[in-house]
Amino acid sequence: MNEIIESVKNLSIGFNSQKGKQISILRNVSTNIKKGETVGIVGESGSGKSTLALAMMGYIKQGLFPLKGECLFKSEDLLKMSSRQLEKIRGRKIAMIPQNAGQALTPNLKIGYQIDEALRLHTDLNKTERDKKISELLNKVRLPSPETMAFRYPHELSGGQQQRVAVAMALAGKPDLLLLDEPTTGLDVTTQAHVLELLRFIAKDTGTSMIYVSHDLGAIAQVSDRIVVMYAGEIVLEGPARKILKEPIHPYTYGLLKSIPKLSLAGLPASMPGSQPQPGSINEGCSFYDRCNLATDHCKKNSPDLEHIKELDTNVRCFNHKELINQNNNLQTSITKKSNNSEAIEVLKLKDVSISYAKQKFFDQLLNKISDQNPTVKDINIDIKKGETIALVGESGSGKSTILKSIAGLLKTKDGQIKFENDRILSSDLKMRNPNDLRAIQLIFQNPDESLNPNHTVEQILSQPLKLYFNLSGEELKKNIIDLLKKVRLGEFYMSRYPRQLSGGEKQRVAVARAFAAKPDIILCDEVTSALDVSVQAAVLNLLQQLKEDLGTTYVFVSHDLAVVRAISDRVAVLYQGRLCEIGPSQNVYKFPSHPYTEVLLGAVLEPDPDIKPKLVAEDIVEEKPPEKGCSFQGRCPRKIGDICNLEVPPWQIGENGNAIRCHINIDELASLQQ
Amino acid sequence: MESNLITEDKQKNKLEKAFEILKTMASKPSGLIGLTIVLFHVVLALISPYIAPYDYKAISPNTMLLAPSAEHWFGTDSLGRDVFTRTILGGRTALTVTFFGSLIALLWGGLLGIFCGLVGGKIDDVVMRVVDAFLSIPWILAMLLIVSLLGTSTEVLIPALGFFYGKGIVRVARAATHDVIAKDFIVSARARGHSNMSIIWNEIIPNVRDAILVEGAMRWSWMLLGFSSLSFLGFGVSPPTPDWGLMISNARGLMSFAYWSVIAPIVGLSSLIIGINLTADAFAKALGIDRSTKAPV
Repeated sequence: MNEIIESVKNLSIGFNSQKGKQISILRNVSTNIKKGETVGIVGESGSGKSTLALAMMGYIKQGLFPLKGECLFKSEDLLKMSSRQLEKIRGRKIAMIPQNAGQALTPNLKIGYQIDEALRLHTDLNKTERDKKISELLNKVRLPSPETMAFRYPHELSGGQQQRVAVAMALAGKPDLLLLDEPTTGLDVTTQAHVLELLRFIAKDTGTSMIYVSHDLGAIAQVSDRIVVMYAGEIVLEGPARKILKEPIHPYTYGLLKSIPKLSLAGLPASMPGSQPQPGSINEGCSFYDRCNLATDHCKKNSPDLEHIKELDTNVRCFNHKELINQNNNLQTSITKKSNNSEAIEVLKLKDVSISYAKQKFFDQLLNKISDQNPTVKDINIDIKKGETIALVGESGSGKSTILKSIAGLLKTKDGQIKFENDRILSSDLKMRNPNDLRAIQLIFQNPDESLNPNHTVEQILSQPLKLYFNLSGEELKKNIIDLLKKVRLGEFYMSRYPRQLSGGEKQRVAVARAFAAKPDIILCDEVTSALDVSVQAAVLNLLQQLKEDLGTTYVFVSHDLAVVRAISDRVAVLYQGRLCEIGPSQNVYKFPSHPYTEVLLGAVLEPDPDIKPKLVAEDIVEEKPPEKGCSFQGRCPRKIGDICNLEVPPWQIGENGNAIRCHINIDELASLQQ
Repeated sequence: MESNLITEDKQKNKLEKAFEILKTMASKPSGLIGLTIVLFHVVLALISPYIAPYDYKAISPNTMLLAPSAEHWFGTDSLGRDVFTRTILGGRTALTVTFFGSLIALLWGGLLGIFCGLVGGKIDDVVMRVVDAFLSIPWILAMLLIVSLLGTSTEVLIPALGFFYGKGIVRVARAATHDVIAKDFIVSARARGHSNMSIIWNEIIPNVRDAILVEGAMRWSWMLLGFSSLSFLGFGVSPPTPDWGLMISNARGLMSFAYWSVIAPIVGLSSLIIGINLTADAFAKALGIDRSTKAPV
């Protein structure tokens, strides 16, 4: 068990800058992977975690080169091997599972053929043995009906199934070491939990060592025996998973764990100020100095070495780690939100809203009627009160973004009405809305890289809404822009910058500022934090909450992340296949009894705590279309009671907690079932 | 005062940017060669009337078909005119006509393409089918028809060439717009209620400008070839104005024994086309556009 199969020694990897300076993005990294062990490498984007993992299989991205150190796999240096020698090791000894299996599989070859190819390359089996092995592998990764699965094409599988095929291919050569680069990042919550469970099973079953690279401490916590935390190209903390997650003795890890929203906490997570230093900008001292609240003058001048702490079996790169141990470091704290004023004026009402993506038939087009009998989104009734944050939660395909778009007027509704202020009906056509209504409802998008024009400066970006709605110009315009930047905690000098010169968090702040420039009543937030690192996510969530408390804005917050929703929202609406399942005050939705789908979702949430294991109650199959009759969740429901679920639309029931649940099962019965 | 400073700053930025792009273009040998050739031809076109050693239209039976010598560097043609004089003057009309022609092509093709890409739907369908229909007509036949109806003056040639070479740009501009239009910043501008004109001007043009400019530079070299073909057929510039296409056409019958009078204009024409092509490629690379993946239509 204690045999070391790969060891990295003093590895530095870097590139030459345009000015001819050598810049390192990995600095003096040393670590060992033992046989049968799963090591999680965690860090924010740009911390060098992927570079390290790839170097462990002897691969260095174009433009980068090793500056010093070695990567020993069974006492051979991978970085010095020729590509012929590496060919013999990759696939057979070290295999990799990519982030996006959908792109890693060849689209025009059948699954069986692709696995067969891996077997032919890496084993000496003959045709019949290989065929047997294929169904064995497909069985092992728990794909349904392996016999027919081998004859399918990648596009016929769901994302989770594609990832399973990638796992099967990686296992084909019976590798000693499996490398996983963010293998669950693009997947839905329930699928993600299932894939992680499979990986854990495979690690135990085959005794393969695994290196699991992820930004998500929740996922890492579920699979890892040991965790390596990277920051700015260095290992800052390394040790047994439980110790790292329960008693983090590096201030960065401590801050990171605190900035992850948790299901058990109602308030907002604490954020870490600042951002990771760019490669090449670190001169002397600790790389975490700027963001550390334990930092002293000593840290500014001297960079700490990795220090081994015997009692915790942990390596830490910090001078002041003892202070962190002595501090009463409770990770289970959060910033409490101010409760919203209970004026309870309804600003926005969705009444029987249905939205269809189906193409109109010619005849219906003439009559201006949409003929789809089974629309993507159906019968949505939500009343949104002034000053509240209401969250729409669901997996991909649940219609949450679709609803948001139709509120913004970007998608026409099929049926139903959207009423704004004093029951005035908003037209579903953007061009028919009056400018003041357009101003009152603003959107913030998921990815600030796409939502900010790359060829505009921040000043130009922010002046767009100001010019359009308030006709500002000259000095007044500039004053307003500076005010906006101040509101989102950015300095005046950001005005002349282009989006590419900003970090992810700064870009999202600019996007927030642009939305607030219109002085809106309602802001629609479409997955606004899912493209950001956790520490930045916490900061953006705090900023949104602060702005809301100051300005009384109403948020409609769409997210797939139940923990984030728990942190920011006052009320939650759970959607499945474009139909509402449950709606209620957020503290109650997260309590039982709840709709079976909410139960499934809550069970699949990954928490950065080795003691909380996800509960997998439903299959992770993907349904393409909502069912025509009956309950929307009938296909996956673990608590289905019979034909009534297939035939009749379930009634709304209101529980004692005040949340409404749409289910055929009596609410008291649900409560006792879910205990 | 302060806002003045900002605009000044921006202008400086723009100049600096242009200089930066030129520097990047010249940093690779192919770009440097291309730029040098184009610059050489432009300078030559400007100064050639003042440095030409002979009168380009002076016919003399005594000097018919002389081989290159110290007196006549590139020899003389069948009418006894100095080939060197005619060659250095021969690019002037071609350059001017095709430069303004490309500009027109760029303007109407680019704007129509962006507009179609943005509005989509039925308007886009109809316009694109019309453009396709025009693409299917052999341009040279259509040009011959126009020229024979309206004459061969530059006032006719520039817009006619501009029109025919703009069709391709419509497609490129439309495709580039489609790339941008799906981005959230356009959706955001739409949701704010900006007009189509404002979206085109503020959000789309800054993002498709580079692709369209590169395409325009490429079209310029094609148009040069097209214009010379017209002259070659006798529908471009009328004699005795010196023009490469016309010179090749006149001298090609005597090619077997008076090769010089053909080679000189061919070198002039092909070097300019190669130069523009190299420059356009370097320009694309400097702007970060990969022409190998975005093939011209």
